[in-house]
Amino acid sequence: MAARFHTGRLIVYGLAGLIGLLLLFAPFLFPDVRAQEVAARICIFIVLVASYDLLIGYTGIVSFAHTMFFGLGAYGTAIALKTMGPGWDAILLGGAAGVLSALVLAVLIGLLSLRVKAIFFAMVTLAAASVALVLASQLSDFTGGEDGMTYEAPKLFSAATKLLTDDEGKTLRIFGVAMNGKILAYYFVFLSSLALFLLMLRITVSPLGSVLQAIRENEMRAEAIGYRVVAYRTGIFCTAAVAAALAGVLRAVWLKYVGPDVALSFAIMIDILLMTVIGGMGTMVGAILGVVVMSLAQFYLKDLMEIGAEATAALPIVPHLLNPDRWLLWLGLIFILLVYFFPAGIAGTLMKKDGGR
Amino acid sequence: MIPLLSRINVNILPVILAVIAFALIGSASSWVTLTVAGLAMGMMIFLMASGLSLIFGLMDVLNFGHSAFVSFGAFIAASALAALGAWVTGDSVFLNAAALTAAVGAAVAFGAVAGWFFERVIVKPVYKDHLRQILITMGALVISEQLILMIWGGVPISVPRPAFLTGSIVIGGVAIEVYRIFAFLLGLAVYIALYLVLNRTRIGLLIRAGVENREMVEALGFRIDRLFIAVFMAGSALAAMGGAMWAGYQGLITPMIGSEMMILVFIVVIIGGLGSIEGSLLGAILVGLTANYVAFLAPKLSLATNMMLMMAILLWRPYGLRPAVKG
Repeated sequence: MAARFHTGRLIVYGLAGLIGLLLLFAPFLFPDVRAQEVAARICIFIVLVASYDLLIGYTGIVSFAHTMFFGLGAYGTAIALKTMGPGWDAILLGGAAGVLSALVLAVLIGLLSLRVKAIFFAMVTLAAASVALVLASQLSDFTGGEDGMTYEAPKLFSAATKLLTDDEGKTLRIFGVAMNGKILAYYFVFLSSLALFLLMLRITVSPLGSVLQAIRENEMRAEAIGYRVVAYRTGIFCTAAVAAALAGVLRAVWLKYVGPDVALSFAIMIDILLMTVIGGMGTMVGAILGVVVMSLAQFYLKDLMEIGAEATAALPIVPHLLNPDRWLLWLGLIFILLVYFFPAGIAGTLMKKDGGR
Repeated sequence: MIPLLSRINVNILPVILAVIAFALIGSASSWVTLTVAGLAMGMMIFLMASGLSLIFGLMDVLNFGHSAFVSFGAFIAASALAALGAWVTGDSVFLNAAALTAAVGAAVAFGAVAGWFFERVIVKPVYKDHLRQILITMGALVISEQLILMIWGGVPISVPRPAFLTGSIVIGGVAIEVYRIFAFLLGLAVYIALYLVLNRTRIGLLIRAGVENREMVEALGFRIDRLFIAVFMAGSALAAMGGAMWAGYQGLITPMIGSEMMILVFIVVIIGGLGSIEGSLLGAILVGLTANYVAFLAPKLSLATNMMLMMAILLWRPYGLRPAVKG
């Protein structure tokens, strides 16, 4: 009986469930604007990281082009919203164009380079992502260049829209939270993210998910059993690309701004990598934990370093090391130590403890 | 007969490229300038790419942190040149050369030492595990970039160029920058040295044998891991040298210099085929020429064209033009 009771598993799923509940009620629990931004960012990144986990964790493909797909979705939507004006048709058309171009690129890259070594693939995707980044800043007529572009989202999502009104015609407040378009926008992001996450979770527990893990564990054997490894790899690469592009669409609709630093930069790729590894590769719930831990760390680590830098201001090198701008240095260090000592991440380490027996 | 034919085909690719570019550009003097610039750029990229390629070929390690050595080399050379002030700008060719040697030497020495540290601390624990290798070298790259930001700050730094390498010489009505000629000759010298070491010495024989079949060399009683440290250090030193040369060529460097060059280096390594310096040279010259021709013809498409070149070559030869490692 004790053997059937997986404490670690329980903790992991309990935490993930708790985070889900917190996100569900986020607008009521944390009513200030900044917290809402963080909550929406967490939702979108969970989708992004989960889709990346499909590649790196489940199939063992290392891609550095994930932000490129994310950016394609975001830029597609943004360009359409800017040129066609705020409307659902723009989101639909721009989003579809973004997702479709992500799909086409994924098929091209996949068929070209998934046949050869994994390491080749990592290099090709890194090169492709860099080209995308350079193009986005050079073709400034379309993309707004380095500055990015701001635009209007559909009116329904604006804070001025009264969703529910009280007797006097003012915006109704429930538990002190105004029922305006902003809330609707948050739930649009939340529910879409939830649906996408559940869909990806479904993939991992399907027979397809088992084949992918078989390819990760032993490619030759999977091929010998009769699975067409290249087809499966390309398929999952495209699926992940589409999911990332959809996350990009959500990001563009929520933020009403798209630029290289929020949708395309290499820093985001590093974030995704860190989140995936910290949460635990090859576990979908790990995505949830990783994103939340990283987002909180980004938030608080900087504050902590600020305090540390002030406290050690008299010493020679230390304050430079603790300068809040150098927080990536410490994250990089933590990342390397994690890969050395806990390659399974939070979720993987917790679940392995007693789940393996 | 057929393999011979295809080998010849591969090696004349740069010539074909140059001829096509000549037809498109039309003006002979611009074409000569661009070709020289492309060759010089190609040679500098070759310095950065050859080490990466050899390291991969011998030990199956792909170092994503390779660009950190390029950046460090560039910044160390820039600092050294700035510190030597009067030597660099003075009239004496001898002092100029001494300053240049000191700067490039400092970069190379740092590259070798940092390469040793990198191999021992970062890469050694994760041999034979590609996934963790990629992740860890990526983490190391992030840390190195932050260290550069910490030491030199985020503002662009100007690099003084030794006086005897400034200006240009005129040959047949075409002005050619001296620095480009120098970069080309230095790259060529390094290539010849590498070629001789690899093909004419015992160590080179062991390295080539290790690339071909590592376990066999080990079974014959050679300590290939020691050999590998040497190759890793040499590769890192070459990257630092490439970075130093590129810094002098650009004249203004930012902490992004390494990652910007790394895209081209990856493209070169993929085009050329992993593990061979001949492939790296061929790929580097192709990429350097393409970058300069396209930058003249359609400035915004320069990088994208190189990307397409890589895609096309991958379609044609999935393992690159002249790979030393199969599969």
